[in-house]
Amino acid sequence: MSFWHFLQQNWAELFVLIREHLILVFISIFLALVIGIPTGILLSRKRNLQGPILGVANVLQTVPSLALFGFLIPLPFGGIGARTAIVALVLYALLPIIRNTVTGIQSVERSVREAAVAMGMTDWQVLWRVEIPLALSVILTGVRVATVIAVGVTTIAGLVGAGGLGVYIFRGLRQYDNNLLLAGAAPAALMALAVDFSLGVIEKHFSVAAGRGPGTSRLQKLGVAAVALAFISVVLLSYRDSWSGRSSVASGERVVIGSKDFTESILLSEIAAQMLEKRNQQVVRQFELGGNLPHEALVSGQIDLYPEYTGTSYTAIFHHSPISDPRAVYEQLKRDYAEQFAVEVGPPLGFENTFAILIRGADARRLNLKTISDAIPHARQWRAGFGPDFIPRADGYPGLARAYGLKFATEPRDMDLSLTYIALASEKVDLIAGNSTEGRIATLDLFQLEDDRRYFPPYEAVFLVRKDTLAQVSEINQVLSSLGGAISTEDMRRLNYEVDGKKRAPAVVASEWIQRNGF
Amino acid sequence: MSERDNTALVEFREVSYVVPAVSVPIIDRLDLTVRRGETLVLLGESGCGKTTTLKFINRLLVPSAGKVLVDGKPTTEWDPIRLRRQTGYVIQEGGLFPHFTVAENVALVPRLERWDETRIHSRTEELLSLVGLEPSQFRQRYPHQLSGGQRQRVGVARALAAEPPMLLLDEPFGALDPLTRADLQREFAALTQRLNKTALFVTHDVREALLLGSRIGLMHKGRLLELQAPETFLKSTEPHVRAYLDTLDLAEATQPSRRNR
Repeated sequence: MSFWHFLQQNWAELFVLIREHLILVFISIFLALVIGIPTGILLSRKRNLQGPILGVANVLQTVPSLALFGFLIPLPFGGIGARTAIVALVLYALLPIIRNTVTGIQSVERSVREAAVAMGMTDWQVLWRVEIPLALSVILTGVRVATVIAVGVTTIAGLVGAGGLGVYIFRGLRQYDNNLLLAGAAPAALMALAVDFSLGVIEKHFSVAAGRGPGTSRLQKLGVAAVALAFISVVLLSYRDSWSGRSSVASGERVVIGSKDFTESILLSEIAAQMLEKRNQQVVRQFELGGNLPHEALVSGQIDLYPEYTGTSYTAIFHHSPISDPRAVYEQLKRDYAEQFAVEVGPPLGFENTFAILIRGADARRLNLKTISDAIPHARQWRAGFGPDFIPRADGYPGLARAYGLKFATEPRDMDLSLTYIALASEKVDLIAGNSTEGRIATLDLFQLEDDRRYFPPYEAVFLVRKDTLAQVSEINQVLSSLGGAISTEDMRRLNYEVDGKKRAPAVVASEWIQRNGF
Repeated sequence: MSERDNTALVEFREVSYVVPAVSVPIIDRLDLTVRRGETLVLLGESGCGKTTTLKFINRLLVPSAGKVLVDGKPTTEWDPIRLRRQTGYVIQEGGLFPHFTVAENVALVPRLERWDETRIHSRTEELLSLVGLEPSQFRQRYPHQLSGGQRQRVGVARALAAEPPMLLLDEPFGALDPLTRADLQREFAALTQRLNKTALFVTHDVREALLLGSRIGLMHKGRLLELQAPETFLKSTEPHVRAYLDTLDLAEATQPSRRNR
């Protein structure tokens, strides 16, 4: 699909994302100004507070954005959606605004400040008539830097369900879809450039050094104020109608479904959502949540259910050391979730998304290989390629090599996970560790060797549901029990391929699957 | 606080000023009286405490010990804002507000005092003419569009705007080239005489002190060593005074015509 064609089909959605992006940036910067400038003024008066407060703002600036979003979700003012994104964006914008306000005020010439005091100005008059006007261009530089940063960081807001252009960027990264990437990244970059340029012009206008001519009449100031006011009201109005449906928690009637930020999770959530809708249950989709945000959102009541993998919860959330018995893992999780989070673990959906040791189908047939053990004698002549995750992980390559006595002709190559499939098919490498539900396993004629020593912990797909929601909405139980064991590994590979390979919409693919299976 | 009657307008009584970080006092038991209508020049090298002395009068600083009385009342009992609006203040490089036009700079204190705009306008015109700046030509300029001498003239006009009885001048002509400085010194001497202002003038230039001062005080290490009218000052035997005077071409400095009074 050409980029132009893509735009023609998606311009409406793209426009919504651009607007969300702008609104997030605008509101965050507005709040950061309201907080940051008075703080900066205070710090210019009380210098002993400068160290601690600028220190805190500095530390906030260095927290990686996804981590900051993660901290905020469980907090009362956090949650999923625009609010968390705005809090995080405000925190990031504070440092440049506060620091430039302080610097701007302090760099007003001593003789000028002294003259102001000596003329009999009150502290308030010195501030408003002398210090702030003279510091204005430095303060505006801070605002410009903060706004450009905010335009960039707002892309990450896509991962906490706050919308914005990040939604396209992350979807594009996930699906290796350049059209999506470009449609997300290009407007964000243009926005940053436009902000940089226009605020730069305003800044120059207020710069005293550049000679503020007699150009700023009262009328012009009034004009600028009117335009700003108009912009604020437009933004606030559109804020109300574009986000009325977002980030609300189920309150008895609406169920909020979350998903992780990759195709398979989105498909599973979409299937559950459509099946609930068929039972006349209203649903809010809170998809594509990054990192461990889905878990945080579930336990803090921001979402009601999302699909998870047993092995992930077992090791990453409850910190058990991996074991190989799927039954034991499942039972342990059921207990842990019930005790610690009042969350129910639904029945396994029927497939695992685990590491799959893959070789070419042709090799498997020629050498008659079925299991990893079968392949050990041949591996000494093979080369292997692994994704960056697999090489260092405890349950990755080192353990696998030990468990099977596996050795290769050369050290395994470290490459992008997605490229390993193509590298294997085109005989650049002979063995890879992929995802068992990857759509291209079938289309590239790859073969998954059975983990006969049960080295990999089980990664069964299940839905996690809050117990309070389950008690209120009986339809969830019906849907989850009919989904139990309903999706085979081959099914999941095919569904993933429909979306990632054929670039079809998850909602359509999910709906076809539901119809075919007669749910 | 006006009228020329030889009574004290400002009195320093046993004034000392110490800064915690510095072991030697900045000002050491200073006694000094500024009489109404006189131009008292404080002379001394940098760091001798002459600027500090000036700043006590409009309460930019408060003494650590002793009292500074303005119009008979200690500065600590004055409302600092009132006190400062009644005291003109001129500093080196003018300290003009770079974001104000010449007219706005001059009109500063009258605006703070909420004069009505027609009165402010006519006062601004009057003052600009007084300091030799053609109003129509200079009103709307910004300080960076002026020469150093013109900026200093605006500084003087600003200090005079609200008709303060007292002027404080902290090396106002220090950064100017010699020709411009000589011009301004002459005009200033004429001006103070005509306006009957009390002025306290700080400089490190003995020539300037002799030219402008009705009395000259020599400060050294926070103390007042000598306080005399120019004629007596010239004959002083105080070693520091002599050191200053030795820097002059005496013959030139004592010619009455050059002294302009």
